[in-house]
Amino acid sequence: MRLLNVMTAFAIVLMGLVLASVRREHIRVEYSVSWLVAGMLLLVLSRWRALEEWLSKALGVNDAPLALFMISGAIFLFVLYRFSRVISRLTDSNIALVQRMAILEFRLTNLDEKSKSTLAN
Amino acid sequence: MKLLILIPAFNEEGAVGDLVREVRQVMPGVPVLVVDDCSADATRAVAQHAGADLLPLPYHLGLGGCVQAGYRLAYELGYDYVIRVDGDGQHDPRYIPKILAALQRENCEMVIGSRFLNGAGEHSGWLRALGIVFFRAMLRPILGKPVRDPTSGFVGVNRTALALFSRSFPLEYPEIEALVVLQRKRFRFVEVPCVMRPRRTGRSTITALRSLYYPIHVLLGVFVNVLKFEGRRK
Repeated sequence: MRLLNVMTAFAIVLMGLVLASVRREHIRVEYSVSWLVAGMLLLVLSRWRALEEWLSKALGVNDAPLALFMISGAIFLFVLYRFSRVISRLTDSNIALVQRMAILEFRLTNLDEKSKSTLAN
Repeated sequence: MKLLILIPAFNEEGAVGDLVREVRQVMPGVPVLVVDDCSADATRAVAQHAGADLLPLPYHLGLGGCVQAGYRLAYELGYDYVIRVDGDGQHDPRYIPKILAALQRENCEMVIGSRFLNGAGEHSGWLRALGIVFFRAMLRPILGKPVRDPTSGFVGVNRTALALFSRSFPLEYPEIEALVVLQRKRFRFVEVPCVMRPRRTGRSTITALRSLYYPIHVLLGVFVNVLKFEGRRK
């Protein structure tokens, strides 16, 4: 039971932290959804004893809190996977942006030098 | 025929100036572009002073991102051939005409300056040599032909490969993966013998710790590119 209480507290702290971060604009709303859903699932599973026992039977795990621990691990792995995709997409966009910016700067500098020499003539 | 010499450089103030001067001596009138990967030293100033054009990246992208920036610019400016020479001075510019001639003669998409075809000028440690043997064996069935120096960065590409690489180029340790990217399109490459010199200044990006990460990263990159193979769809 102690593990379940810890899980409940953890879920509440997690959701509170995420909401506070969204409020302070440290996390964008679209990236808070995964964490809030994960926190909510964890809260429900840690409080709903019948569901928890049904899940532990379905998973073939005798200990219900251990089953909950496994499920919460899987939920967080899924959240991490989603953020790996987001980070990869952002990295690609960032690289493309940096390269484009450097190329534009190069072309602008050349254009500037050409126009300077034209003006000098 | 428009040719560009591309030099990716990161903290190479000790080598890049002489290299640019050497390239300009060997290939007079050919533009030399130094892509500076946000060096902390005077690489930019030294390169410009030696007469190179400069493409300065606003932050450090790593070798693949740096080379790709140069490929993108070359493609946009309509270059037919680009030959990459590393900024650390290991690649001897006297072999540039040989690579260019092979690009034009062989009608292939990429030419690799290989330090192992003649067996001369090998400047790699035992760990790197072991890695090269391993990657040679791994790439043989994927590429359908042997490659003697898969880690060489002394490469020339034509406009077709330039178009491909400006869209898709590996970010880290790009040399081996780039071969598989070419193979995805059934493009051809040949190797020409070159002699490589010892690094003049600075250190290799593949440190002891990274040498453990390097094969894992490259293996995964190769595997993913094999999965993306497009040749059969034609």
